[in-house]
Amino acid sequence: MSLLLAAAAGFKTPYFDYHALAPELVLTGVICLVLVVDLVVDETRKYLVTQLAGVGLLASLIPILTLAAKGGFPRSMFGGAYVVDHFALLLKGLFIVSGYIVLLMSSNYIEEGDYHEGEFSFLLLSSLLGMVVMSSSRDLIGIFVALELLSIPAYLLAGWRKRDLRSNEASLKYYLLGVLTSGVMLYGMSLIYGVTGSTLLRAIRPVISGGGGEQPIVAVGIFFVVVAFAFKVSAVPFHFWAPDTYEGAPTPVTAFLSVASKTAGFVALMELIYIGFLGRDDVWAPMFWVLAALTMTVGNLIALRQTNIVRLLAYSSIAQAGYILVPFAVAGSNGRALQSAQTATIVYLMIYAAMNLGAFGVVIAVARKTRSGEISSYGGLGEYAPGLAWTMTGFLFALAGIPPLGGWFAKFYVFRAALDAGGGWAVALAVVAGLNSVIALFYYANIAREMWMSPVPDGDTTPVIVPPALTAAMAISLAVVVAIGVYPQAFARLGDLASLVR
Amino acid sequence: MHLNAFLLLAAFLFCTGVYGALARKNAVLVLMSIELILNAVNVNLVAFGAFQRSIVGHIFALFVVAIAAAEVGVGLAIVLLIYRNRHSIDLTEVDLMKG
Repeated sequence: MSLLLAAAAGFKTPYFDYHALAPELVLTGVICLVLVVDLVVDETRKYLVTQLAGVGLLASLIPILTLAAKGGFPRSMFGGAYVVDHFALLLKGLFIVSGYIVLLMSSNYIEEGDYHEGEFSFLLLSSLLGMVVMSSSRDLIGIFVALELLSIPAYLLAGWRKRDLRSNEASLKYYLLGVLTSGVMLYGMSLIYGVTGSTLLRAIRPVISGGGGEQPIVAVGIFFVVVAFAFKVSAVPFHFWAPDTYEGAPTPVTAFLSVASKTAGFVALMELIYIGFLGRDDVWAPMFWVLAALTMTVGNLIALRQTNIVRLLAYSSIAQAGYILVPFAVAGSNGRALQSAQTATIVYLMIYAAMNLGAFGVVIAVARKTRSGEISSYGGLGEYAPGLAWTMTGFLFALAGIPPLGGWFAKFYVFRAALDAGGGWAVALAVVAGLNSVIALFYYANIAREMWMSPVPDGDTTPVIVPPALTAAMAISLAVVVAIGVYPQAFARLGDLASLVR
Repeated sequence: MHLNAFLLLAAFLFCTGVYGALARKNAVLVLMSIELILNAVNVNLVAFGAFQRSIVGHIFALFVVAIAAAEVGVGLAIVLLIYRNRHSIDLTEVDLMKG
């Protein structure tokens, strides 16, 4: 108590950089507005709430663009606990655009499924706010609060189909694992706070690099934090919740979880590892090596024998997380590897978001007609819906990493990071990643083969009716995937610019 | 008092919580075990804060308390939903999806 009073006496109002906080402020305003508007509009006009949410999301992109034009980075607030720099801006943009695409994909799905529409947009935006805050947090408390703000609405979204037992199960499994993980992460953070005496990442860094980092308790703390985020990004052996949650949740929510939520986990990992724990790469580098190798291999091998497309994409996204973990494993070896590892992670996250969201968009569109998630129901899609079939083929080949689509470039950067690091272990990991890209080609190509070579399963060749919002979602994703494949230099420069530490 | 006494208490609470969360079949007991983990964290944070004469640990603990309440609110809602649909909160029965 005396401590609290002593601190209260010296309290000074912190400095607020309102321009730097504008994206968060706009988003918060839109969230409140959506909540109130949802209360007053009547049941038949709920689509207005979704439209308002969409416009609001685009409005929160404006301050990001003006900030990028104005410059003056890094803009640091609250003693360095909240920083707006190139890294934060780029990822905020990525989160908001992926959130917008998810909103486009979900509007018809939620409307036609007779689910609560207004609350859906509200929770989606709240979760996005958590992600936007996460990209600027440079403090253990900030990262924890952002993580909970993005996770708690996501637990509810996963169970949105209230009367469906699978959706209930998805929500429960996601919730229990998520909360347990938060507890483990907090325990690790409390130990790190205990040793370093601060929650600021930039204050933790010198203590951990110096003598204080030698204590075994620091290794325990880092271990717990990394394990917790391995759960969040569904890395093997902590992946078992992901396929069930992805299969049971409404498909647009699955797209959101597998892209935005996973990206947020990687963003937090980048902040913690590259700023806070950089000095103890002897603790985290081997952990990431094992996680990356296991995640790629197990994800791809289990994906080979899936018959449900959502479950297949779930395992495919686990395997993709494995590729994104590769740069973490090699970042500690030298300065050049640190630089190219950060670029590789950021570039991969951008491309992964576009291609995975697009693939889920096609799955939602096809399920509107077939009402099925089985891969066999994709037979003959090339005959009666060539547009959808071409789009899906594009996303699948991008995910497999075939030039000239975006995916090959992401993988190229991962390999470059591993080769920059050099040494037997890094090269071995690159070889594992290479072998896995070949395995992955089998199941991606299998879906394409089903679409183009197999006959229509029940002879029903009525065309698939795709609503305009869903078309727009797929078009944006496809445009990004193709653009990155054709002009990779532009995105590489973005990735270089957005590095956290140099 | 030694700092170690608090840390040992927190470690004991943490281990009990993790054991309970993994071994219990009743969803409400799992929620209580998770609360134990979060309280272990609070003991750690407050003890470190008090021994280092720094306020940050106390503030962190306040954040943990507030967010734990929100988490459990959502958790109980999900458990209630499961109970309505299945008339049971036995976690071993919630296994429609496998593979």
